[in-house]
Amino acid sequence: MSYMEPEAVPHGRGARGRAWSPFLPKAIPAGRVIRLKERSLVMLTNDLILRNPLRLLGHENEDIIAPGQFGAVLARAGVGKTALIVQIALNSMLRGRNVLHISLNEPVGKVDIRYQEVLGRLAQQYQVPHMQQLWETVLPHRFIMTFQVEGFSAPKLQERLTDLMSQDIFHPQMIIIDGQPFDVDAQKTLDELKALAQRLSLPIWFTITTHRHEAPAADGLPIQLSPVNALFDVAIALQPRADTIYIEAIKGCTLPETQPPLVFDPATMLIQTRNIQGGR
Amino acid sequence: MNTNSQNLRNIGISAHIDSGKTTLTERVLFYTHRIHAIHDVKGKDGIGATMDSMELERERGITIASAATYCQWNAHDINIIDTPGHVDFTIEVERSLRVLDGAILVLCAVGGVQSQSITVDQQMKRYNVPCIAFVNKCDRSGANPFRVIEQLKTKLSHNAVAMQIPIGLEADNQGVVDLVGMKALYFMGENGETIEEKQIPVELQEMADQQREALIDAATMFSDELTEAVLEERPVSPDMLLSAIRTGVLKRQLTPVFMGSAYKNKGVQPLLDAVVRLLPSPADVVNQALDLNAAEAPVVLKPDATLPTVALAFKLEDGQYGQLTYIRVYQGQLEKGSTVINVRTGKKIKIGRLVRMHADQMEDIAVLPPGAIGAMFGVDCASGDTFVSPGVTLTMTSMYVPEPVISLAIATKDHKAEINLSKALNRFTKEDPTFRTHVSEETGETIISGMGELHLEVYIERMRREYGAQVTTGAPQVAYRETITQRADFDYIHKKQTGGSGQYGRVGGYIEPCTEEDFIFDNQVTGGAVPTQYIAACEKGFRGCMARGPKLEFPLTGIRVVLNDGASHSVDSSDMAFQAAARGAFLQAYPRAKPIVQEPIMKVVAETPTEYQGAVMGSLNQRRGMIVGAQDEGVMCAIEALVPLAEMFGYATVLRSLTQGKAQFTMEFAAYRQVPQSIAEEISKKAAEKKQRVA
Repeated sequence: MSYMEPEAVPHGRGARGRAWSPFLPKAIPAGRVIRLKERSLVMLTNDLILRNPLRLLGHENEDIIAPGQFGAVLARAGVGKTALIVQIALNSMLRGRNVLHISLNEPVGKVDIRYQEVLGRLAQQYQVPHMQQLWETVLPHRFIMTFQVEGFSAPKLQERLTDLMSQDIFHPQMIIIDGQPFDVDAQKTLDELKALAQRLSLPIWFTITTHRHEAPAADGLPIQLSPVNALFDVAIALQPRADTIYIEAIKGCTLPETQPPLVFDPATMLIQTRNIQGGR
Repeated sequence: MNTNSQNLRNIGISAHIDSGKTTLTERVLFYTHRIHAIHDVKGKDGIGATMDSMELERERGITIASAATYCQWNAHDINIIDTPGHVDFTIEVERSLRVLDGAILVLCAVGGVQSQSITVDQQMKRYNVPCIAFVNKCDRSGANPFRVIEQLKTKLSHNAVAMQIPIGLEADNQGVVDLVGMKALYFMGENGETIEEKQIPVELQEMADQQREALIDAATMFSDELTEAVLEERPVSPDMLLSAIRTGVLKRQLTPVFMGSAYKNKGVQPLLDAVVRLLPSPADVVNQALDLNAAEAPVVLKPDATLPTVALAFKLEDGQYGQLTYIRVYQGQLEKGSTVINVRTGKKIKIGRLVRMHADQMEDIAVLPPGAIGAMFGVDCASGDTFVSPGVTLTMTSMYVPEPVISLAIATKDHKAEINLSKALNRFTKEDPTFRTHVSEETGETIISGMGELHLEVYIERMRREYGAQVTTGAPQVAYRETITQRADFDYIHKKQTGGSGQYGRVGGYIEPCTEEDFIFDNQVTGGAVPTQYIAACEKGFRGCMARGPKLEFPLTGIRVVLNDGASHSVDSSDMAFQAAARGAFLQAYPRAKPIVQEPIMKVVAETPTEYQGAVMGSLNQRRGMIVGAQDEGVMCAIEALVPLAEMFGYATVLRSLTQGKAQFTMEFAAYRQVPQSIAEEISKKAAEKKQRVA
């Protein structure tokens, strides 16, 4: 990681086609000096994006789901749905896209801590220094809203979104809804949210809690997802088997055959490819 | 006085603004027969609550200084410290928590866990203070104690369990059901002084059974005896249950929740019982001191009167009879006429007069037993000093004092006021370590600094009232700082060899940003390039540059200076020469290290009815605020934002007018961040103007 050091590579090294020497002449023209902050941050974010195994789930440099589509992360309680979805959000935020995180069961402070933790662990895992600077760059791309489960509805969300956008406070490019119950009454809310997502052309991610004791529905999908299956384009499940949590694509995205299986490290709550985990 | 420390409780009452701490304290004093009539905080009789003894406190209906008082309940002595709710007076809260053994966390049944409750909770965690919760204002419309319990669990991660359930809520609030004794308590009489025990109302029986089960379930974690009783389906006696709960409370793993309405005189006596029954006595709490003779190794103190005395001065007050020093005895005892030593100064002090405080009145006593809180007169010391018996070298760790974030220039109207002002400033700075004052070198103005607008406002008001010093104030100034963002090398020769004794010194090395400390000097000189005797002079030279940055004259922070090269002259080098060389080197390197200005960013939490959410967010956004999130809680919603302090002046008025006075906000210091370019230019323009004016 030596190239990450403060006295590092100037911007666009390849383009200039000139070898770079660390001993800069003292009277360097101001225009050619690349300031530490912007340089290292570009590097840092690129680095994190490139190394993030999440890209394996979708197309490189694009979100996994397109505007107006729904994505779901399914798992049993406590396996790490929120941790995974926070990584999906961070992946977008690192690319400068605005994420609206709606939590129906946790207060703002707690959601904030989850982001800090995941980013901290990501940075640690990929040995990216200057965590504080990185955090300050991604922070403006996030907005947390919390509702009580019973107080949450599509019209209410619409109202809040209009507030935010008309006053130019925040323009979301992706929404995450954590904690929406997928019970019998969910269909109506989801239909309304789908309409909202398409109108504003925003992708929405959901977390869905499954239960061990429930048998899958007739179509083989988890019982919570099956009735509303048509609305979702992508579904990813966290499946604990033995002592490993596997990330499996149920619907919408396929992992290349040659790719080692993606796993979720329960200690760090980070996504890893199998061989990386062994290596580190 | 009770000398058995088992029968002593030192407790604090802390909570969010306007949760009713002072009202609750007033009721406690009434029921313990310390006062014979109840006066409300902003009551019609205009007398004001007993604990708010300052004229200003009574007028504004807020508590500014934490007052200490003493009362008795069920043959137990209770020292109560009523603390302010506003973040601006946070040092008062810190100070009191340091010396408390337990606390009552008061929460509003409508507002629930509010932002300041979270701050207070963190402070309690820091000092490891066990607490019980009291859900107040159950008579207000919209009251829901169970929602508050839920919030205690989710927002503060407390293992909260209800000890009572309310009999009727809002206007219909009549009393509580005690889940330990399983009986209904009604508070009768004009001031709720008579408690009537009755059968639990039929409609509440089922709920009471459920909640009791939850209570027992939570308590079984802390007592094997109780677990066995539950498993064998034996009846659970109140004593068994209470002692299990107490174990949980002392470990800070269980928070029993009581409820009522202090204003309507409901539920205060059971809370007092709980203080005695559940909160720790000084003997239950482990207090440590540091042994100065053994490299500050921690020593456990025992509340035993026969051991040498260790006591901590936690608060000073300059009253009409001279300086009053609040003191808590941790070990041994303090006796009138005995001699103690102030560990910090090494001075011997004879204790002339010992008193026990009751808001602004006092009562003379001869001895302060171990664990007790009292005050002594006429002792000159600073807040946080430790007093010990001769021959002991223990010190209590000092308290955490936050740095002030806002300052204000003040000027007096006439000469008489000037003398009074200096008296006032002298006293306030001694009493409150977060209130600082200095005279600006350039402008000659007197500058006061503190924790927030309200903090300074209160002191200015006190100068006027208590000292008759009329002062005019300038615009508030934010405490900006300068720092560098990249490494820059220096190689500087200071040379003056024309006539007289010469000066010669050369220093080489680099400066770079660091996060650990404000200033680090790293000497990496090898081979005597800079002779050892001059290294200290170099450090002094660099350190001298930290006070005022070359850019905008704000203090510098976060800089590491590495000295790795240099040269000296056998005759002409001197301390002076190397100091000058260091200064020159710093000025040479600083502009190349990409200096930036940083400003204090405040964490602002605004609580507003949902219909004004958009407007409030807009107003925060306009103030360069970054909104972290919005928390929807039914009728109310809380908006969390990070806003530069410079933009927050006068926000209280703006917020009130935006929301018809229904919203309130709290703010506290979060971090220092870089000032955006456009604002930085404005600041440098102002600084330049100021310089010109002075010249």
